[in-house]
Amino acid sequence: MKEWFTRWLNGDLELLEHVSDASEIPDSPREELKTKRKEFRQRIYDRPDMDSIIRAEQKGFLAIYHTIAIISCVVLIGVLLFTVAHLPRYGEENPYTMEVVERYVEHGVEETGAVNIVAGMILDYRAFDTLGESHVLFTALVCVMILLKLDKKTIRGGYLDSYYTVKQDTYFDVSKDTIIRLAGTVLVPCIVLFGIYVLLNGQNGPGGGFSGGAIMGAALIMFATAFGFDRMDRVFTEKVLSLTVFFSLSFYCFAKGYVFFTGANGLDNHIPKGIPGAILSGGLILPLDIAVGMVVACTMYGFYSLFKRGSIGGA
Amino acid sequence: MEPVSSFPLFTIVFSLFSGVLCFLLRGRIAKHYTIVYELVLIGMVTAVLLYTVKNGMAFTYTMGEFSAPWGNEIRAGVLESVMALLFMVVMFCSVAAGHRFVNMDIDESKINLYYAELNLMTAALMSIIWTNDIFSGYVFVEILTLTSCGILIVRELGRTTLAAVRYMILNLLGSGLFLLGVVLLYTMTGHLLMEPMQRTIASLSWNPDVMPTLIMAVGILTIGLSIKSGLFPFHYWMPDTYGWATPTSAAILSSLVSKAYIFLLFKIYYRAIGINVFERMPIRNILLVLGICGIIAGSWSAIRSNNINRMVAFSSAAQIGYIYMGLGLGGISGYTAALFHILVHAITKSQLFLTTPHLAEVSGESLLFKELQGSGRRNRDAGVFFTISALSMIGIPIFAGFSSKLLFGQAAMGHGNKKLILVMLALAVSSMLNALYFIRTVIRIYTDDPRNHVKTRHRPDYIPSMLVLTGCNLFLGLFSWVTAGLIQTGLSMFG
Repeated sequence: MKEWFTRWLNGDLELLEHVSDASEIPDSPREELKTKRKEFRQRIYDRPDMDSIIRAEQKGFLAIYHTIAIISCVVLIGVLLFTVAHLPRYGEENPYTMEVVERYVEHGVEETGAVNIVAGMILDYRAFDTLGESHVLFTALVCVMILLKLDKKTIRGGYLDSYYTVKQDTYFDVSKDTIIRLAGTVLVPCIVLFGIYVLLNGQNGPGGGFSGGAIMGAALIMFATAFGFDRMDRVFTEKVLSLTVFFSLSFYCFAKGYVFFTGANGLDNHIPKGIPGAILSGGLILPLDIAVGMVVACTMYGFYSLFKRGSIGGA
Repeated sequence: MEPVSSFPLFTIVFSLFSGVLCFLLRGRIAKHYTIVYELVLIGMVTAVLLYTVKNGMAFTYTMGEFSAPWGNEIRAGVLESVMALLFMVVMFCSVAAGHRFVNMDIDESKINLYYAELNLMTAALMSIIWTNDIFSGYVFVEILTLTSCGILIVRELGRTTLAAVRYMILNLLGSGLFLLGVVLLYTMTGHLLMEPMQRTIASLSWNPDVMPTLIMAVGILTIGLSIKSGLFPFHYWMPDTYGWATPTSAAILSSLVSKAYIFLLFKIYYRAIGINVFERMPIRNILLVLGICGIIAGSWSAIRSNNINRMVAFSSAAQIGYIYMGLGLGGISGYTAALFHILVHAITKSQLFLTTPHLAEVSGESLLFKELQGSGRRNRDAGVFFTISALSMIGIPIFAGFSSKLLFGQAAMGHGNKKLILVMLALAVSSMLNALYFIRTVIRIYTDDPRNHVKTRHRPDYIPSMLVLTGCNLFLGLFSWVTAGLIQTGLSMFG
């Protein structure tokens, strides 16, 4: 122990041998960077289609631009402050303001079967909005896949060389680090459990699909960081992600479509509300929360994976 | 309730499901599926239109078991059905006519993602048309924003990425302002559904302390949506966005997405604010002036551009100006003209954007004017369709553009001298400018060129959908009273 301490004190001990040392790669000197930046700028300015922009800049375009930007910001701030200052006092000048809120607070529990009024509101009273909202997330996933997924076109375009160099990958890869591995082993199960708890208790307390899914997604990201993508890819391929998202969202779509249809036509939808406070309560809220949670978790991991290496579940 | 009244709900749920399904399918199958499902949607929307015309009244449809001020609602009347039918027809034609270019422009592994985005976009368009709740409107505006960026970047050119970034920034600014407006309205009224909100605003608007705040809220909301639809000072994102996207995307973005925002804005004015309250606000006159500025500025930029797609895109800015001019004029005739012009522009502009790539294809893939010389002779079908829609844009009789200009003129007749002269001058000047740049293009594509003696082959797979669009164009031009009458019936049951 004493020997170790002495070695540590003298700086001989190599505790972080697995982490590549950033100081090994020397930074370029400041002057060199400056000239490089200048050269790069010159290369942009040398393009023939930049002529009009350069001319505009010489005419003092930037000064006008900044002045207008500042003026419009100030005006917008003034307008908004004025508006907020003149808002009618809540619930006083207008008798209808509290109509909707009162109903949600007073009858929410008995009508939706959920103790958490917010969950009852977003998944029962105003379920159509939430149906859209859960598809917003899916749309974002599709957009990110379009933008970042590596395909023949991107590889042919030579983007691969500049962005995904081997050096960068090893530089940021921490999956062989003992500390992170140990922390991952301890934390990932706990985070998953906590996520499931939040997910399943959306109808009884704070939580629900979006927050629970986000926590579970964080656990997936943590696992991939600590143990590397190779292990993750054995289970979580792109096929798994797309099937999960497909089944969750189409269940959501059809379940809610069924409720909307029966509700509008005055039919009974035969979905038991349950006893408020029990885990199986709130009608469709629990299954919908689970579906949303799956989508959110998959989307979060998908984003991480796409941003990190341009594919989900390996090439 | 009758089964037809559930069709609006089915169009939304079905489109959302199709979006998720196409995510799973292969590219080719996704394309076929999309085409078939859009035909089904056209059938459903037509049924709703016939049903509402026959009944002579609109119906609301509760989304779930909770009725009006507590739950969500959608609503279908004649006006909404006409819009939905037009949107679906244009969507179908764009997909059917442009799929070959989609296969060329987009990497094979991402074609299914493209169709997934298109179907989600259809869902958003349908929801924006049917919704009776301004917050649902906001949610689907979000989906529309994301999907429109998605179908732009999918071409993976440097220019589309740049255009998409610019489009995204402006759109998010617009969404933010729109949300701010919705929040202010909600704080004032305590409602999100349109009918209760209108009732509350009607009683609030007589309070002189509240009126300025109300004007601010509506103003912020208007700025938000006009940035997104490309009204005059905010129209500079258009040329790059439309000019470099794959033809299907360009047609859909220019003819449907910006129109959906305008329709939502109009719906909020008419149904959430109440048209009587709205007409007491100064916003109307500002819209009129900005609309006219947009007409002139858009046409001027179109004349100066040397690239055919950019010219057509700038002409879009001018046409958006027309629509806002109609909204600014006000009165039933003004709104009818504006809504009629939405239909006209959607049909004509999508046809223009779907024919220009065919002209470019026989001119060495170049969209520059000097390369396009004689392309109308090398590809005769594309030349004819381009000429038809160009004539319609200028406002030659028997084509749709003429009818809408006539309606704008009629709407202006009902106003005082100042507005009458302003609008008539704007119509005259802009028709002249339109003629200037479209006739120039038509002459250019029919001028003889040495390349014309070489036989070129081109596939006629886009002709059926072009014929459909031309048919709609002629129908709107020759029988404009049918559609204008439908719009007026729709407006009478809208309020």
